[in-house]
Amino acid sequence: MSSATDTTKRFSQGPNADGFYGDFGGRFVAETLMPLILELEEAWEWSRTDEAFRRELEGYQRDYIGRATPLYYAERLTEHLGGAKIYFKREDLNHTGAHKINNCIGQILLARKMGKKRIIAETGAGMHGVATATVAARFGMECVIYMGATDIERQQPNVFRMKLLGAEVIPVESGTGTLKDAMNEALRDWVTNVDSTFYLIGTVAGPHPYPAMVRDFQSVIGRETREQMLEKEGRLPDTLMACIGGGSNAMGLFHPMLDDESVHMIGVEAAGHGIETGEHAASLNGGEPGVLHGNRTFLLQSVDGQITDAHSVSAGLDYPGIGPEHAWLHTQKRVEYVSITDSEAIEAFKLCCELEGIIPALESAHSLAHLRKIAPDLPSDHLIVLNMSGRGDKDMASVANWLEQHGDTDKLPNTTVEAAEPGRIDDMQPPHDVAKKTGETE
Amino acid sequence: MATRITRRLEALKAEDRAALVTFTMAGDPNYQASLDTLKGLPGAGADIIELGMPFTDPMADGPSIQKAALRALKGQHTQQKTLEMVREFRREDQDTPIVLMGYYNPIYRYGVERFLKDASEAGIDGLIVVDLPPEHDGELCLPAARAGIDFIRLATPTTDDKRLPRVLENTSGFIYYVSVAGVTGAAAPTPESVERSITRIRAHTELPIAVGFGIRSAEQAASIGRFADAVVVGSALISCIEHADSVDAGTRAVHALVRELSEGVRHARKATA
Ligand SMILES: Cc1ncc(COP(=O)(O)O)c(C=O)c1O
Repeated sequence: MSSATDTTKRFSQGPNADGFYGDFGGRFVAETLMPLILELEEAWEWSRTDEAFRRELEGYQRDYIGRATPLYYAERLTEHLGGAKIYFKREDLNHTGAHKINNCIGQILLARKMGKKRIIAETGAGMHGVATATVAARFGMECVIYMGATDIERQQPNVFRMKLLGAEVIPVESGTGTLKDAMNEALRDWVTNVDSTFYLIGTVAGPHPYPAMVRDFQSVIGRETREQMLEKEGRLPDTLMACIGGGSNAMGLFHPMLDDESVHMIGVEAAGHGIETGEHAASLNGGEPGVLHGNRTFLLQSVDGQITDAHSVSAGLDYPGIGPEHAWLHTQKRVEYVSITDSEAIEAFKLCCELEGIIPALESAHSLAHLRKIAPDLPSDHLIVLNMSGRGDKDMASVANWLEQHGDTDKLPNTTVEAAEPGRIDDMQPPHDVAKKTGETE
Repeated sequence: MATRITRRLEALKAEDRAALVTFTMAGDPNYQASLDTLKGLPGAGADIIELGMPFTDPMADGPSIQKAALRALKGQHTQQKTLEMVREFRREDQDTPIVLMGYYNPIYRYGVERFLKDASEAGIDGLIVVDLPPEHDGELCLPAARAGIDFIRLATPTTDDKRLPRVLENTSGFIYYVSVAGVTGAAAPTPESVERSITRIRAHTELPIAVGFGIRSAEQAASIGRFADAVVVGSALISCIEHADSVDAGTRAVHALVRELSEGVRHARKATA
């Protein structure tokens, strides 16, 4: 770190002046982009302390996005799993249906300040594309979205939404036609139109200042969660959980509590068909350090440094990298990173629909699946917050497809709920008193 | 000791002509063909050879070079093989400078020190690494200089006077002016506007200046070679390989175009003097 180490901010103080979190991060971009990236950094630094900017941002967060989002006590899931007390941070209730817009609204205000009139973005699940198209419409800017051809196929409703919002959606055929390829193409557009164009990156990746800037705009999630939990339970949560594509919803939830050492944090990567099959998207659990898309981080790659394709049923997690701050938190062992397979995610998806009346995004379903694994063994006073990063309306086709491919109609969403495994110690615990009193948030 | 690159550029300066710099991709369309292409380049008129190191995600390259990299990787090309190719070339040619060009990750994965040692032993003279701006000189640029390998930096239309000194600081061999803000294969700007930019850069450095991006024909090479110290042609050569009916035809087409370009460069200053 460039500044003297502030011991009260051991984990939250990064990056240093060169955009590094330990060994990770940086600005590994073509010279053409460097001047603009430095200019963006200035704008971002300004935004962090400018009072008028903060007020304007908060206004849009409240009146346009609909913040604060609720911290919801998932009572039936808690009972079903029979262990820890489970809360959902309801980012799925944001305007446009995911956490993505928290970042988009912040960046578009910076784009406006920098005098840019044309917005480009990459998108995987299409949620970031929709959120970008939304704010571009709201601020009257031209909008071009790069989206992998494979993702266009599996996220049709979002493609239509983007078009309705006035964006041009450009299919990217290279590679596997997923998020990585969309990001390459967006970077190529940016290099070509550097004067007119603002690149609105959708996650905590890319060259500095993006990882820090996106984190800052997403940190509203963690700040609200902290306050809401103190209000509801009179103390901080014990465990935070979030799924990880590039890692923005996770950073947003984690960052404001990184220095609260009692708070355990778990990031959930996509294991696709299983890490052992090589077909996954778990950069930390199955990758090695390398440099891609402007930063050094853990990447899925060959021994020769060629990037390998990610695999996940969830388009939003289908990325061979991860934000550099996560790479650092991983090596520091501050955050635990686990992985969940496609089929585990689908099972958790179904369970959440049936028990809570919430159709989660397939991305969020990954953290739900890990929650299923750990919650039963935790005591009833253990407070878990799961970031419900988005809603699953966009995933209807993917899920139907998956169920069809896996054959059985008994796996369709409205069949019976699996019974809790018998004989669990937690079943014998007394009812959750605190839970009953504070459970009504919606 | 002056490097091969510096010796070659000084010799051409004495002849009052620009150098022709060719770019082809190592391993495209396969190892043997790209080695054959490489070996024939000096005879066809290439003064300096840039050899691309294939990478899956070439974010500053247009479709031609992207596809060339993927063709090479499909044929199981590796960093090792690129170095091997240069070793084979050096058995017959001790004079033509070779510059490896690509992205940082394959070098980083290979291990910077090990790579520099192997590259140096193979007879590589310079490196161009697109995604290492001067802000990251500690990663590869300074170690390369210590290993006696020129680190050639790109300057672009967005590199203003304020930033130029930083870009030039640890650059050696020559400076590569990318004449358009864009990806490789983009259309070239007018020679007049490029000349203005070159004049601007010359005010900051004594280094020779190469100009590339969008140069496809002998006429264009001539018009740029009038004022630039070197003219770089890449996508046009790669297209020859992409569109050839056979592997051999691709090699022949590359050499034929290089001969034409070389004529263009040789006559550039004579025609207008
Ligand atoms: C609902 C939802 N959650 C999570 C993600 C993953 O992104 P990140 O890791 O940046 O939060 C996406 C990405 O598209 C998403 O749409």
